Amino acid sequence: MAEFEPVLLANVGKDNSHTLKAYEAVGGYRALRETLKDKSPDDLITTVRASNLRGRGGAGFPTGLKWSFLPDDHPGPVYLCVNADESEPGTFCNRVLLEEDPHQVLEGTILSSFATRASTAYVYLRYEYPKSLARLQAAIDECYGAGYLGKNVLGTDFSLDVYVHRGAAAYVCGEETGLIESLEGKRAWPRIKPPFPAVEGLFRKPTVVNNVETMACVKHIVDRGPEWFKSIGTPADPHNPRDPGSYGPKLYQVSGHVNRPGVYEAPLGLPCRELVDRFAGGVWKGRKVKAVVPGGLSTGLLAADQLDTPLDFDGPVQAGCLGLGTAGAIVLDETYPIIDFLYNSCRFFAHESCGQCTPCREGTHWALSMVERIKAGRGRLKDLELLGEIGDSIGIIPGTTICGLADGAAWPIKTALAKFRDELEDYVKQTNPAGYADIQPAIAMPAMTTH
Amino acid sequence: MVANQDWMSTTEPILSDDLLDAIRVYFPKYPTRRAVVLPALHTVQERLGYVPAQAVVEIAELLELHPSEVQDTLSFYGFFKQDKPLGKVRIWVCRSISCSARGGEDLLEYLCEKLGIRPGETTEDGLFSLEFAECLGACDFAPAMLAGSELIGDLTREKIDAFVDRVRGDT
Repeated sequence: MAEFEPVLLANVGKDNSHTLKAYEAVGGYRALRETLKDKSPDDLITTVRASNLRGRGGAGFPTGLKWSFLPDDHPGPVYLCVNADESEPGTFCNRVLLEEDPHQVLEGTILSSFATRASTAYVYLRYEYPKSLARLQAAIDECYGAGYLGKNVLGTDFSLDVYVHRGAAAYVCGEETGLIESLEGKRAWPRIKPPFPAVEGLFRKPTVVNNVETMACVKHIVDRGPEWFKSIGTPADPHNPRDPGSYGPKLYQVSGHVNRPGVYEAPLGLPCRELVDRFAGGVWKGRKVKAVVPGGLSTGLLAADQLDTPLDFDGPVQAGCLGLGTAGAIVLDETYPIIDFLYNSCRFFAHESCGQCTPCREGTHWALSMVERIKAGRGRLKDLELLGEIGDSIGIIPGTTICGLADGAAWPIKTALAKFRDELEDYVKQTNPAGYADIQPAIAMPAMTTH
Repeated sequence: MVANQDWMSTTEPILSDDLLDAIRVYFPKYPTRRAVVLPALHTVQERLGYVPAQAVVEIAELLELHPSEVQDTLSFYGFFKQDKPLGKVRIWVCRSISCSARGGEDLLEYLCEKLGIRPGETTEDGLFSLEFAECLGACDFAPAMLAGSELIGDLTREKIDAFVDRVRGDT
């Protein structure tokens, strides 16, 4: 493969890359100008559909297809929500885009609003990104000044307002209907679907929710064309007509026990090993890999012998993980105990469960209680079975919850049990030699953490 | 704390006209008043350091909602304080996996000892409020903490000491 030139990160690291002046100097807003000259919204939807762009927020749903679910004859208004509630542990590429190149995201947002006929776009930005807020708001202000936003964008009939809406530190707001509820001023309880947001979303109007990186991709697809986008990445399986493939550049994040944590851009399908060794400079302290979370905490674990897994939408699934997720890889070295991983993961999801669905609310807390007890040296082999039961019974896939948060809680448990069972059993036996074989109900450790 | 408050209190308003105007700025951005709840809560907490029950009542009145609707939203997020104002600097120390794997939780513990408070508490001198965070989205700088609007990455005990000294020295 020829050396890949970064596209999404092309401006990152350059002087004043966050300003309109710097963005326009490298062809910024050219795609918008060209589009508004003679293209229709439907032309744009056709272009994005033809690119097979799949949403970068985690689920990988085809973006153009999502747009096409909007009703044709709705009197409006239609809303676009840009999901900048990036909260998945191991994920930070939206922060980099919003801080270093917010205009790229905004141009994608304006183009996407034009395509979906949205007249208002809200950027739902997580509270924890104050620098993103400052840079994004300044960029929006510049756009109003330059005529890219507001009434009659660039003198056309198209009008658009973009507002930033700040979150308040809740992971579930990244779920698209949780985001909508939160934006409406309510607790962020995800909605039962259908109706899908495209039909009845924000303020009960047709709504599209798209990720920040997806918006950046839209800009480049419009600028360079769908064929360019499809020349990058992993092609669709010719034997599976439903496979949309994994096309385009992707922002891979890598953190944990590596020498150079950071965000790196590569064509979709980058092997996990290459991300760890070539981009991130290998495991720190000269150690070996024990496990890698391929795409954000909720995707589960790849074992050390699975590092050839291609990080495209299908690769991690074939390797027994939830999916590509956000492509936020977390590397754990050979000395890191899997029980610590499990504890951290269970604690995160128990803390972030919104409490609406009983299997998630109770399941995540029971899992945490058990893992806490195991970690403290009072585990039994029976507990591993019980953990597996929780893992298999909470989430959308078993059909017991409204949103996917519980699936995200389950996969770290399931993959840890499937791939590191020996280590976990050894831990239980060594730390609880007298009681590891007990099968009687056990008393939970008193809660060690509160919030 | 809330239970002891009289919702229909006729005490002096706690939200100044100026603060109410700062909330009204959000009205044209949304088709409903209710959508202004989060911006209003943020605005009040930024100005007053917390959102006491009386402020909830006044926000509700401004947004044409029942106080319980505002309180419902407020209580969902562990973000808004109601009992007393936050310290001058609110510090979030990340404890999620990438930070934890690089020592973040030890640093959180160190900061707890240094400040003499637990997460969720404020120092008596009113300078620091301490929180743990579930992923700050700064895994590339793990371990990380967010202090006010300042992100401090590749965190060490030395960096914590320097930061605490700086804040103490500023006052």
